[in-house]
Amino acid sequence: MEAHATTASTPRVGMRLPGVGAGLGRGTVVLYLSAIVLLPLAAVVSQSLERGIGSFWEAVTSPLAVAALELTVSCSLIVVVVNAIFGTIIAWILVRDDFPGKGVVNAVIDLPFALPTIVASLTLLALYGNESPLGVHLAATRAAVVVALLFVTLPFVVRAVQPLLLEMDREMEAAAASLGAGGFTIFRRIIFPNLLPGLAAGVALAFARALGEFGSVLLFAGGLPQTMVSSILIRQQIESGNDVGASAVSVVLLLASLLLLAVVTLIQRWGSRHERSSGGGLTVMPMSGEDFTEERDPDEDR
Amino acid sequence: MRTASSARSRWGLRTLGLGYLTLLLLAPLAMIFYKTFEHGIAAPLDAITSPDGLHALKLTLIMIAVAVPLNTVFGVGCALLLVRHRWKGNPAIDAIINLPFAISPVVIGLSLFLLYGTNGWLGPTLAEAGIKILFSVPGMILASVFVSLPFVVRETVPVLQEIGTDQEQAASTLGASAWQIFWRVTLPAIRWGVAYGVVLTTARVLGEFGAVTIVSGSISGQTQTLPLFVEKQFEAFNLPGAYGASILLAVLALSTLLAMNLLKRKEDA
Repeated sequence: MEAHATTASTPRVGMRLPGVGAGLGRGTVVLYLSAIVLLPLAAVVSQSLERGIGSFWEAVTSPLAVAALELTVSCSLIVVVVNAIFGTIIAWILVRDDFPGKGVVNAVIDLPFALPTIVASLTLLALYGNESPLGVHLAATRAAVVVALLFVTLPFVVRAVQPLLLEMDREMEAAAASLGAGGFTIFRRIIFPNLLPGLAAGVALAFARALGEFGSVLLFAGGLPQTMVSSILIRQQIESGNDVGASAVSVVLLLASLLLLAVVTLIQRWGSRHERSSGGGLTVMPMSGEDFTEERDPDEDR
Repeated sequence: MRTASSARSRWGLRTLGLGYLTLLLLAPLAMIFYKTFEHGIAAPLDAITSPDGLHALKLTLIMIAVAVPLNTVFGVGCALLLVRHRWKGNPAIDAIINLPFAISPVVIGLSLFLLYGTNGWLGPTLAEAGIKILFSVPGMILASVFVSLPFVVRETVPVLQEIGTDQEQAASTLGASAWQIFWRVTLPAIRWGVAYGVVLTTARVLGEFGAVTIVSGSISGQTQTLPLFVEKQFEAFNLPGAYGASILLAVLALSTLLAMNLLKRKEDA
């Protein structure tokens, strides 16, 4: 059988499919990805350049587009900084602290991944909108953009930092403490450097998500001139028939996405070289739910 | 090591973290449940059981019924190829699969809108053949498939890497065919990882808004999924309707969350 031949010649690789099957499978995968992902994206790029690079540039540098991109980038930057800090704190209490209801809190972190973005928008509006029972009126302000983006990007940093905290060798901290290092010094010199790869990857993914976010911003912040993020601008341009303008802004977002994905891949390669020598060029996104349960962790404490 | 200052910082961090979660996630969610049922259950129920509401629910289920199996079969097959068959094209495939994670849903919607539009590369040909993609169900399915493409692959790859090939090789030595090995050895070993991916895919398809809104045109009673129904109801100032549909979606999201946690536990066991 061909399968045996494959195994014999390349022992590290499994014998899942015979040679012909693998070729066929590869063909299918490439075709599927081309039809579903690549062809449509190529259409956007092509459309943005339809009337030449000049009008592409004109569309990207138009006051509306520049204002939207500036707002999107600045809000996203604020959001990733805030979530980097609070995400690390939350990951920390989930791994190192112990309190009743910890399991529920750990489950709730994924809520923004599960909750439809339009529902998230309505949800935030119910609490922080014009009828806010707390008296906090954020609807249709730039603060609403920030809060909506904080909501949807919350899980990224938590889920990227959590496994690293779980894996971390506590003896280093104990050694540092016995040598007289204070809590902050231990964090700065030992814990933080160990968390950095995960934190950086989480931040990059959160940033990518924030740049393109649409649904959660829509109802809460609205499409007013002062709260017009890029994705909402793109929809408005589509609706007004300005295909070149819409695709030009889209291409800018697309390039940012590609850049951020490349950054995440590099960080993960760098991280895995430091951690363990598990090879393979495969990136595992930190959002994949490999092993985040820390039920057994408190026992390790003692 | 349990000094007074470490206890204080422990409480400080706990308060900060949990306070943040409460203000950002829990309180808004509780609030929308309260607002929905503030004036009784009749109004939100009416909205969901209106013809448009029921149609939106049906369409959402159709999206799930088509996109999830498609991406599951693709995802498992693709993960097998990536992990078990070295090929120089693998890193490229791997990178393309991550794209939907990072691209704005609106950009995804626009890309389909342009490809299948009247001036697009495929639009005119398909229109001649009498196939309608935009502003109809096929386009919405394409958008759903696009946005939910990575999940099963991403969840299956690490599990496949972890289980290794020993058992498969043993089965092969004993004369099992590739097909038998897949069904009897590989699939049972990766099932919880795949199931986790399926749950994430379902959640994403269920809630997809940006991409679907652009390709569908959001026509009431025709091309409206539940998330689009929520927006339309909100725009029509029918808040009970918007809240009712939102609660339905939120309950579905919470059940996927529950499923995720049960599966994580299974995976660890």
